[in-house]
Amino acid sequence: MKSADIRALVTAVVCIVLAALVPFVFNGYWLSIALTAMMYIALSTSWALFSGPTHYISLASGAFFGVGGYLVATGMSDYNQSFWLMMFVAAIAATVLAGLIGLATLRLSGVYFVIFTLGLAEMIRNLVSWVQNNFLGSRGLYVLTDFTEAHIYWMLLTVASAVFIFGWLVERSRLGFALKIIGNDETVARHVGINTAWTKVVLFMSTGFFAALVGAIIAPRYSYIEPNLVFSPELSFLVVIMALLGGTHRLWGPLLGVIPFTLIWEAISIWIPNFTTLFLGIAFLTIVYFVPNGFVGLLEKTRGSRGVKAGS
Amino acid sequence: MDILISGLLLGGTYVLIALGLNLQYGVARIMNLANGEMLVLGALASFWMFVSSAVSPLLTLILVIPLAFIGNWLIYRLLLIPLVRRARHQGQLEVDSILATFGMSFVLVGIMVALHGEYFTYSFLARPITILQSTVALNRLVAFGFAVLIGALLVLWLNYSRAGMAVRAVAVDPASARLVGINVEKISALAFAVGGSVAAVAGVLISTFITLDASVGVIFTMKALIIIIMGGVGDVRGAIVAALILGLVETLVATLIDPGLTLASAYLIFLLVLLFKPQGLFGRAQT
Amino acid sequence: MNTATNNPGLTRSGKPAARIASGRTLLEVQSVSKAFGGLLAVDDLSFSVREGEVLGIVGPNGSGKTTVMNLVSGVFSVSSGEIYLDGQDLTAVPAHKIARAGVARTFQLVKVLPGLSTIDNVIAGAVFARRRRWGSEAKSHARNLLDRVGLGGRQTQPVSSLTYIDQKRVELARALAGDPQILLLDEWLAGLNPSELQTGMELVQSLSDEGRTIILVEHVMDAIRSLCDRCIVVNSGRLIAEGTPSAVLSDPAVIAAYLGEEHD
Repeated sequence: MKSADIRALVTAVVCIVLAALVPFVFNGYWLSIALTAMMYIALSTSWALFSGPTHYISLASGAFFGVGGYLVATGMSDYNQSFWLMMFVAAIAATVLAGLIGLATLRLSGVYFVIFTLGLAEMIRNLVSWVQNNFLGSRGLYVLTDFTEAHIYWMLLTVASAVFIFGWLVERSRLGFALKIIGNDETVARHVGINTAWTKVVLFMSTGFFAALVGAIIAPRYSYIEPNLVFSPELSFLVVIMALLGGTHRLWGPLLGVIPFTLIWEAISIWIPNFTTLFLGIAFLTIVYFVPNGFVGLLEKTRGSRGVKAGS
Repeated sequence: MDILISGLLLGGTYVLIALGLNLQYGVARIMNLANGEMLVLGALASFWMFVSSAVSPLLTLILVIPLAFIGNWLIYRLLLIPLVRRARHQGQLEVDSILATFGMSFVLVGIMVALHGEYFTYSFLARPITILQSTVALNRLVAFGFAVLIGALLVLWLNYSRAGMAVRAVAVDPASARLVGINVEKISALAFAVGGSVAAVAGVLISTFITLDASVGVIFTMKALIIIIMGGVGDVRGAIVAALILGLVETLVATLIDPGLTLASAYLIFLLVLLFKPQGLFGRAQT
Repeated sequence: MNTATNNPGLTRSGKPAARIASGRTLLEVQSVSKAFGGLLAVDDLSFSVREGEVLGIVGPNGSGKTTVMNLVSGVFSVSSGEIYLDGQDLTAVPAHKIARAGVARTFQLVKVLPGLSTIDNVIAGAVFARRRRWGSEAKSHARNLLDRVGLGGRQTQPVSSLTYIDQKRVELARALAGDPQILLLDEWLAGLNPSELQTGMELVQSLSDEGRTIILVEHVMDAIRSLCDRCIVVNSGRLIAEGTPSAVLSDPAVIAAYLGEEHD
């Protein structure tokens, strides 16, 4: 192991330990904000692992998140299954769903993929509502557990750490190298022997897996679940904005976007709730026109001018 | 029969939306995800004129067309040209324009919500009329008629005018168009502006028979995109057929199964197209 | 360019003629056609390449040479006909599997991976292709290949800062990195100035001397004359001549096809 690796490892462990201590220091309002931030850290980092190198903008996070929450709720409410079993089932279901979507769309250009994922959460919500109303009877779905906010927070921290470990492993693997080549030139990638479609599908499946896991873990927070609540298109956009704002070409990039954005978003939702949509729009435009490489890009630029040239 | 007619009438307006977006994507090469918001803006203008001054939506068109043209032209000039210029390759432009137009879309929705947060409801020509033993609302028929008229004008303009020819040249190959002395940036801006006006016109027409609200634009963007992909990018004939198919299938599903499943049916079509005909209905394989 | 013409006698003699004759057939292209819409870009074309041979494909612009390369490497699938590599059917196989079977190529318009360092560009060719390497093995392999193409000491440089010919060298090293059975060079010598051309030709010659099997699509006739064992001439997608470079290039049909085309 190189010294840089050891330093990264130590930093990561320190960060995780510090993050794990949060519930002992804060409670109530600030803990719930930390919980939201932790949720977006897991979602955005996982999103960036796929979308960063490939440049395919996925808006499917909301759909997978919804699958997670909804399956947990249905399983516990209608079929008396345990939370843990349903969490596992939900993650597998979303992974399979992501695989199918990936196989259908990732062979084609990025535009097709964006469009397909754009309405996905809404479409699944419609389907689920329809099935529920017509075949299952319109019962409410309750997720009753004895988890406290702190428990949920720690579970999310575990998922977020898993995402980071996964990302770290991918970055050092052939899979990660293949993704980097695909992002540079897909034609070359094919001609050096990379199964480009499969590589993209596998990474996309990982985003489905993690997003569903997060959705499943968040479900007990709401106790009462309905499709309109968990299949939220807005969530997909927030994940994209936070990841891009932080920067997608570093594993820890999205983290830098999530923390400030969660705070700002929280403030806006409370003080000027009618302007959230406008603000989302401004955030997108700001990213495209002023911070195209995210905060990480800005950071590296200032550091680069001091003569440190980071290879990407 | 009822389904067939209302499906075709709905499809007729979809044609217009898709033609607009097709110009923007096929010529200016901007996947404009704020296209639906142009439509909603048109609808909002129409609603406003009708409710505040009882102006007929058909007269509002005269106002909406030039305004939307100028607005979209400015958007292209001020916001999109910088992206086109800085893009090192088509892929980067694609990502940038998707993100930027998402931003515009949210900003427009935000502004419209602030202007008028409720549904745009008004009643214009809401009389039943019978054709081929089916009863349809007159406003749907009028909207369809106008959609056909404007679509036809657009096709004529593209095929028989000098500017239309330049637009088609840029659609086929911007690099070669430049070589024969076409100002590609200017023509792209023109196509983008025309595409935006067409969307606004569609919005005015649709608002006469569908109740819209400020945030519904994205649904129309989706449908327009599905139509374009189904019809084949840049293919006018394909877009028309695809729009009619989508209108029919949606009406069919909404009437026979559940109105809540129209989006799901659009998705089903989309999925089938992606799996079996990703080049579009009339597209040739591998060109 | 006159420097190049000194080469043939010298290098041809360095190559044992007997080995070429006894080489088994490595690539077999059997009556392949490719239509784009109504246009027949390749029309019932057959040829084969023996192991260790350098085959030149020549023909006027737009005659279908690059399409042949694209068919062999799997960019497009054939409309009809068959392609075999060492007995293995590659006809309907996707590009990445063709690469893994041992077909490596360079591109007419040089394609490097701009976001990667020079050595990573070469490693890209070593990790997924026919012979797979990873980690330090891939790195030292790539380093050797960079030395081989004359880019030793430039490993950490961003590839986008290299000159055109050096990017072509990187592309060549990347193609070699997977130990391909057959190497497709699509106008790899085009756009080079006379001294670069000389270096480039020597490089290709040295690859051939190692016993590598190469298909060369080229407009530079000096390169064809000095490097190729055998040549096929394609016009309008059809094979119009086949044989040694000197015989083929003096064939009246070939001269007729090139008339008005030959500027070099």
